[in-house]
Parts: sequence; structure tokens; C-alpha cells
Amino acid sequence: MPLVLIARGLDPVLRLWQRCTGTGGMITFFLLPNMAIFGVFVIIPLVLNIIYSMTGGVDILLKDRSFIGLGQYGRLLECQDYLVSTTCREDQFWTAVRNTGTFVLFQVSLMVCVSMITALILNRKIAGRGFFRAVFFFPVLLSPVVVGLIWRWILQRQGLMNLIVTQLGFDPVVWLNDRFFAFSAAIGVSTWAHMGFYTLILLAGLQAIPKDLYEAAEMDATPASRVFWRITLPLLGPNLAVVLVLALIRGVQIFDEAYVLTGGGPGTSTLFITQYIYEVGFASFLRNPGLAAAASILMGLVLVVLTLIQLGLSRRAEKGNAR
Amino acid sequence: MNAVRNFVFARRGRAGKWHWTDIVTWIWLIGGTIIMFGPALWLISSSFKGPAQLAEFPPTLLPYVQEVAKVEGYDAPLPLYQVTQEDGSTRVMAEIRRIGTSAQMVDPANPEERVSVRLTDRQPVREVGLAINNYTDPFLAFDFMRYLGNSVFVTVMATLLTLLTNSMAAFALSKYRFKGRDAVMLLIVATLMVPLSVILVPLYSVVSSVGLLNSLWGVILPTIATPTGVFLLRQYMLTIPDELIEAARMDHASEWQIYWRIILPLAAPALAVLAIFSVVWRWNDFLWPLIVLSRRELYTLQIGLNTYAGELNVQWHYILAMTVVTMIPVVLVFIFLQRFITTGIAGAGIK
Repeated sequence: MPLVLIARGLDPVLRLWQRCTGTGGMITFFLLPNMAIFGVFVIIPLVLNIIYSMTGGVDILLKDRSFIGLGQYGRLLECQDYLVSTTCREDQFWTAVRNTGTFVLFQVSLMVCVSMITALILNRKIAGRGFFRAVFFFPVLLSPVVVGLIWRWILQRQGLMNLIVTQLGFDPVVWLNDRFFAFSAAIGVSTWAHMGFYTLILLAGLQAIPKDLYEAAEMDATPASRVFWRITLPLLGPNLAVVLVLALIRGVQIFDEAYVLTGGGPGTSTLFITQYIYEVGFASFLRNPGLAAAASILMGLVLVVLTLIQLGLSRRAEKGNAR
Repeated sequence: MNAVRNFVFARRGRAGKWHWTDIVTWIWLIGGTIIMFGPALWLISSSFKGPAQLAEFPPTLLPYVQEVAKVEGYDAPLPLYQVTQEDGSTRVMAEIRRIGTSAQMVDPANPEERVSVRLTDRQPVREVGLAINNYTDPFLAFDFMRYLGNSVFVTVMATLLTLLTNSMAAFALSKYRFKGRDAVMLLIVATLMVPLSVILVPLYSVVSSVGLLNSLWGVILPTIATPTGVFLLRQYMLTIPDELIEAARMDHASEWQIYWRIILPLAAPALAVLAIFSVVWRWNDFLWPLIVLSRRELYTLQIGLNTYAGELNVQWHYILAMTVVTMIPVVLVFIFLQRFITTGIAGAGIK
């Protein structure tokens, strides 16, 4: 146990420090490692990001870059018709924005529906509830690379999906080479991977609803559908809102599993904003860190708004659950 | 027996009658189990198939290997085939070598007589078996062992440092009153709003200017000050009674001893939850290591796997086996700690 020895060895040193600086010095000592890392790896980058977004050039070090004002934002937002991405100067950015928007719309609706149904079912008196709760949580633990590769393997030409499809009498499809199917796969796979997490939040909300409400409804012989609309849904409201906004926040940032699954293709049909930032900033031949920074700030603004909504909602949900 | 049935099919409504919601429930649960576990089981089954079998369509559910036989006069065991002869009867023969569209074959019972058989007239003889070399080859031929080592190093170091720094900060924020405490808390909560993808470019330049580019520490350090960790530990430490600390001060314990000898052991359940999460997070990290590590020998498993899977000629038999190995730690966490996690998440709402 070298850790214990280090801790014991530290004690005399820290005693001296405590004698010299008092409790205040110790508070600083306890906070320092965490706050220093926060400062260096979160706060400073946050400030630098704004500066980066106002500079041009291909160099990554700030001292080699030239100030160009709001030019990067102008470049990102320059568009003749915002609905047609090809008329924009940065057509890839707008493709990514449109893809992400479509993705979020469908994935979040699917996610909320599926996890809501699962939570309602897991909230019933069924045998092996703990087991089934774990079943739906299993993919949440898998890494995005593993998730992406598992599904790439299932959706490939000689894969399991084509086995099922041919058994049903249809022709096999190369799923990930088709724009529509690849996009649907990104939606389905990310829902598969994360629904267990949202199910658990909803389940916690369901279990916090006082049982006597249901007993009273049963006494009055209230129909089940009415119980759902008048008791379950209103009381679950705050949790449902948290799930909705959390799914939105994570949906906007979709990257890794979609990237491993499709690589953004075919063409740019599954190119999402985070991948755009990554490619413009690092991967592409003509990289442009300033442009990537500007795009990330625009995405950050959307996320800040969503997070503020979420913090407000989860405070309300906590009050609801504590009741 | 009836009691068992009632237990398994506990349902709405009066006993003995199936409500339609019971049917929906069980269809959903059983279908869900297949959809959630099926893909991983399919991966595991596929990872034991040889390259020839992986290219087949339709795929088989179980992995098969070709049977081989030792034939007198040949050093290596020869692969066996079911050969259809001209008269329509079949016999099992061993292949010596392939020549164009036909193969030179021999009857294992009668090694003297060689026959030429067209490739279309024969079927390999197979039995259920595991192509273990999918697993052993990558350890020898690729840098797989190194990637595994890198991943373990990053995960262990990042988790230890996360536990240490987060618990120190949580201790200060829960057990001391000082000016600016609320401001510090607010700052920590605010960083929840800053996901990695928003600060990708400047974080890269910061890490590069402190000289941590292409170093595993460049992967570890930016991840260890997790706001969720500080939050979780602080909430737990608030429930530890202050009287314990007062009593220790009476006995001339230093503040460090109070932290190390009293608070840390008492916060063990919360530390365990954070440790589990940290292990899963760091083991699974993808985007940040992808950017920081550009030298092959520093890749973590996730990056190495993605690189191999992105090559022009994907060697699926190795990729699948490596994916299974990559999955093992989280599957272990799942099997042994799932109850712990599922209740922990519902309580703290962390991810």
C-alpha cells in the first residue's frame, strides 16, 4: 500500500503547513488540485476559445495566428438561402447543422417514447424486475467504439440484419451505404445505447409517485387510461422534462458512436456538428482551428441555453421526488 | 407449483385472467432482452469464426471450424472435405493442395491414392468449434498488448487521481465555511455546461503548450476534475456528522488526518460509486484520446480498435475478437455491480 505510506509521510509536512497558514491554508490545499485542473483544462480553454474564434490561419499555437475579428462567424453564417446548404459558403457546416437538427428531432422523440414505455413496464409488479432493469441498462456501459463496431458488423453486407431480412423474403441491403438507412441506423443505434439511462431516471420518478393516489383511484374504479393521464403523467412531468432536455443536450453533441458506425457517410449524410468541428479543427487536410472554434462556440451557446433549462427543471424534479 | 406460476405471472386484474397489458409487458420485456443482449452475443459468437466463415452468407449462429485429420506421410494435419463423386455418392477426403479450380485430395484411410477433385464438387466438413487464434494472433502480430496496457494505465491513474482530487475538494466544500465557497460551487456546476466538444481546439493548444501532447498524461489530466464527482462526494460528505471532526480536533488530529483517517473511510460508498463510473468513463473515452494521441504506440484500446476498423481492408476476424476483449471490463462491472449502479444513477442522476 504505497498510497497509505505517502499519506502518512505527507502528514508532518502538512502539519507544518497548517501551523504556518492556519485552517485557511488547509482549505486552499484541499481545493487546489481540483481547481487548478479546472482552471487549466476548462476555464482557460473556454476563454481561449473566444480568442481562437477571432483568429485566422492554419497554425494551432495562438502566437502564430492573426486577429481577424468576427470573420470566422461571418464565414460560417454566410448563406444565400439558409434552407439549402449548398448556397452557403460553409456548406458542410450547414449540412452538419441540418443533419444534427433532424437527428435530434427523431432520436429524442424515439428515446423519450421508448424509455417511457420501458419505465412504465418496469414499474409494474413483475417477476425479475431487477434483472430486466439491468438488461435495458447494459448497452449504456459499452464504449461508443464497441457500440459502433457491433452494429457495423450486424449491418454489413453478410450481417445478421440481412439474414433476418432475407428470411422475411426481402432482398438484402447494404444498410450503411444507403443515405436513408445509414441515418436511421445512427438514430436507432444511439437510442439503443442510451435508452437505459433515461429509463432509470423515469423509473425513479414513477416510484416517487405516492401509492395512495393509485389506491384512491382504484377505490373509485377509475379507468387505467384516466389514471395514466390524470395521475402518472402530471406527477412524472418534471422527470419527463429532465429526460427530454438531457436527451436534447446529448443529442446535439452526437459524435462517437455515429462516427464509428458510419464515419459521417455515405457522403455527408450522417455528418454531425461535433464531427464537423473535429474534422475542420484537426483531421482535414486544410484545417482551420479558428473556424472550428467559432462553430464550437455556436454549438456551446445552444448547449448553455439547454443546460440552464435542465438545471431549472431538475431542481423542480428533485422537489417533486422529495415530496 | 401454482404459487410459482402466480409469482412469475403476477398481473393486473383478477387472478387467473390475462389482461392485455400483461401480454404487452412480456412481449416488451422478452423482445427488449433479445434486442439489448442479442447484438453483444452475436459479436461474441462471430468473434470465434474464422475469416472464411465470416465472409459466408447466410451466416451461421454458432462458430464452426473445419475438421482436420492426420494423414500418414504428411506432417501437418490436412483439412477434410465431403466430396461428391460422379456416381452421386459422397466420401470424406483430405486436401493436400489446391491447383487452380481443382484440388489434389487423398482418402485418409488410403494415403497412397491421390485424386483430383473440382472445387465445386466438395463441401468442407465442419464441427462447432472456436477459432481461438482470432484472440491470440492480435496479441502477437499487432500492438494489441500495448494498447491494452495503455488503456489500463489511463483508466487506473485517472480513476485514482479523480478520487483523490475530487474528494479533497468535496471535503473542503462540505466541512469548512469560508468566503467564496458558494462561488466555487457555482463555478463547478457551471463547468457541467462545458462538454469536451465545445473546447476541443483551445484544450488541444493548452495541452500542447504544457508539453503533454502525445503522452498518456495528456489524456489523463484534463479528465480528472469531474464536476459530477465533486458534486456526488460533497452531497455524501454533508451527511457525515461534524461532531466526529470536532472530536478529532480535540485529540489534536491535523486537518489532513481528519480528511484521510475519518472522512475518506466514511465516504467509501460514494467513493465506490464514483470509482465505478470513472473506470467506465475513462475506459470508454474516445474523442479526446483520438485528438491527443497521434503516435501508434500510445493508442488506447478504443483508438487502436477504431484505427484497425477504419483500414481499407478490414480484418473483421481480429477486430471482432479485440472488440470482445475491449468489452470485458464493462461486462464485469455490469455483472457484479449492476444493482449498485442502477440504484446509484437513479439516486444521483449522473452519467
